[in-house]
Amino acid sequence: MSWQVHLPALVLSVPLLGAFVALLMVKPILRNLWFTFILVATTVLAFLLWRRVGISGTMVYVMGGEKWNLTLPSGMALPIRIIMEVDAFGAFMILTGSLATLASGLFSIRFLDRVHDGNKFVALFFLLFTGMLGLEATGDLFNFFVFLEIASVASFGLIAFWRDSPEAVEASFKYAVLSIFVALLFLIGVGILYGIYGTLNMAAVAKNMQVGFLEKVALVLFITSMAMKCGAVPLHMWEPDAYGQAPAGVSCFLVVVGQASLYGMFRIAFSVYGQAFQGSVLAWIIIVFGLLSMFIGVIMAVIQKEAKRLMAYHCISQTGYMLMGIGLGLLALSSPQAMSEYGFTAMKGGIFHIINNAMYKGLLFLTAGSLFYATGTTELDKLGGISRNMPYTTMMFAVAAAAIAGLPPFNGFVSKLLIYESSFVVHPFLAVVAMVTSILTLASFVKVFQSGFLGPSREELASTREVPLTMIVGMSVLCLMILGLSLMPNWALSNLIEPAARDLVNQASYIQAVMGSGL
Amino acid sequence: MINNMPMIAVGALFVIGLYGVLFKRNIIKIAIAVSVVESSTNLFLIVLGYRTGGSIPVYTLAGDFKKMVLPTPQALTLTAIVIGLATTALLLTLIMLLYKHYETLDVYEIRRLRG
Repeated sequence: MSWQVHLPALVLSVPLLGAFVALLMVKPILRNLWFTFILVATTVLAFLLWRRVGISGTMVYVMGGEKWNLTLPSGMALPIRIIMEVDAFGAFMILTGSLATLASGLFSIRFLDRVHDGNKFVALFFLLFTGMLGLEATGDLFNFFVFLEIASVASFGLIAFWRDSPEAVEASFKYAVLSIFVALLFLIGVGILYGIYGTLNMAAVAKNMQVGFLEKVALVLFITSMAMKCGAVPLHMWEPDAYGQAPAGVSCFLVVVGQASLYGMFRIAFSVYGQAFQGSVLAWIIIVFGLLSMFIGVIMAVIQKEAKRLMAYHCISQTGYMLMGIGLGLLALSSPQAMSEYGFTAMKGGIFHIINNAMYKGLLFLTAGSLFYATGTTELDKLGGISRNMPYTTMMFAVAAAAIAGLPPFNGFVSKLLIYESSFVVHPFLAVVAMVTSILTLASFVKVFQSGFLGPSREELASTREVPLTMIVGMSVLCLMILGLSLMPNWALSNLIEPAARDLVNQASYIQAVMGSGL
Repeated sequence: MINNMPMIAVGALFVIGLYGVLFKRNIIKIAIAVSVVESSTNLFLIVLGYRTGGSIPVYTLAGDFKKMVLPTPQALTLTAIVIGLATTALLLTLIMLLYKHYETLDVYEIRRLRG
């Protein structure tokens, strides 16, 4: 067998190794090389994993077993070891997450020169990377909780990285209390399912799932905790604080970490519960979460005066689009006719929006970071007229802002159009809210562009210079991705999005990959 | 009734912890409340795996046994305790930094970020 069967384990262990070795790096130059090397290596592994899943279907990997594919030792009714399971949706999330992480890592290299304990930053960064990839690769409920905590602990450290700033510590504390609490709720849910089914493997639970009262309690706990971790209204209050106070490279990274929790929510709703959950209550709860997040997020964003906080509120509103798109897919899950009528289009829109958001929202945070690097502030009142001094940053910001506002021909337009079309079929009101949100998004980014980049130059900003090369490289990775997705939406839809949507809907293949067809 | 006592203890601990997280103003008390919720979760997992009259889940030491306590929830609990240690330590560190910056432990006064 080729070495590629070990990819699900490799993609987790390489950044984990990177985290611990980074603490030993004595010279900054060595550390920077190591940082870049591990980032690129993990991204390449993620790409290979995505390719392989595309060719040979869902991959499973047994941790600590005699053989990598021995999911069900003979004579056992249930899988006993920790099993990684990557289907096309998981591989898609891993690829998206790694690309955004690569960009934010390259961007952060020059930030590290300004701090004393850069090694610790790199270690926390890779721990967060491992946690995020683990959430997307695991097929085990308790293992999911462990990776959730790895990601949380690393992100508390990264959000409070500027510990001399009271606001950063305050943001980190708020996030810490909330996220420890909801992780415990998740663990109680896992305990309930274990008590009923005697297994922690998602596929095995899904195979035996019969929804009763206790299963519904567990589902409520799962959905609550994941909705909080991805920042859906009404559990969003930590998000603008945390994203606004973290170093810019980290904010870009936290966007994709939030999407990993979103992945967890969809995995539980589609693959663990799926067809067994009758009725449309769950789908409507997710859609209403989406509507509220979309609208309240953007309303709060319009009134912000600080660039990063404004972008953080947009993050909430963009999460709303994904929740709505995939919630509509869940609504159509039990009826093939509704699925072909609007469900599949909505899912494609929601999943396409995940990669789009990771790219343009990440790029926006990075441009905010380079504004901060060059001028020392992100307050819109104190900025102005820097487009002449920072032409590359300005151009990247314009591309990202146009994409997030959904202007044709950018990629945001494609995914939003898919969501508009499908939500209109269900109820016109949904489409109206989505469009109004899009218009307000445009309005608030016009505000940032006008007051931050255009206008007369200010004397105190006259000596501003363009940011260093590695930061521009980091931003260009995302910018090229946006342009690529914009110019080739059909390629992206048929190669990236459709396999992911199909695998997410197909619960039977998720179960079969672990349990086999014999049982 | 007596068999349900552990579950009642789990519920009581959870409610006490939830009350503390929601209504206490002192951030150290909030951290303690989070730990109480954590203990209730750990107790819940242990109770799930307990079988009345079961022996310890180690083959070589169990001696003569009819049934065993489930080993998996105990392994889960150990992991959860270790994770809890890390998160509690981190929370206390953040509280220390907050106290240095704001010179208060009252949540109503630690609120520069809003709107």
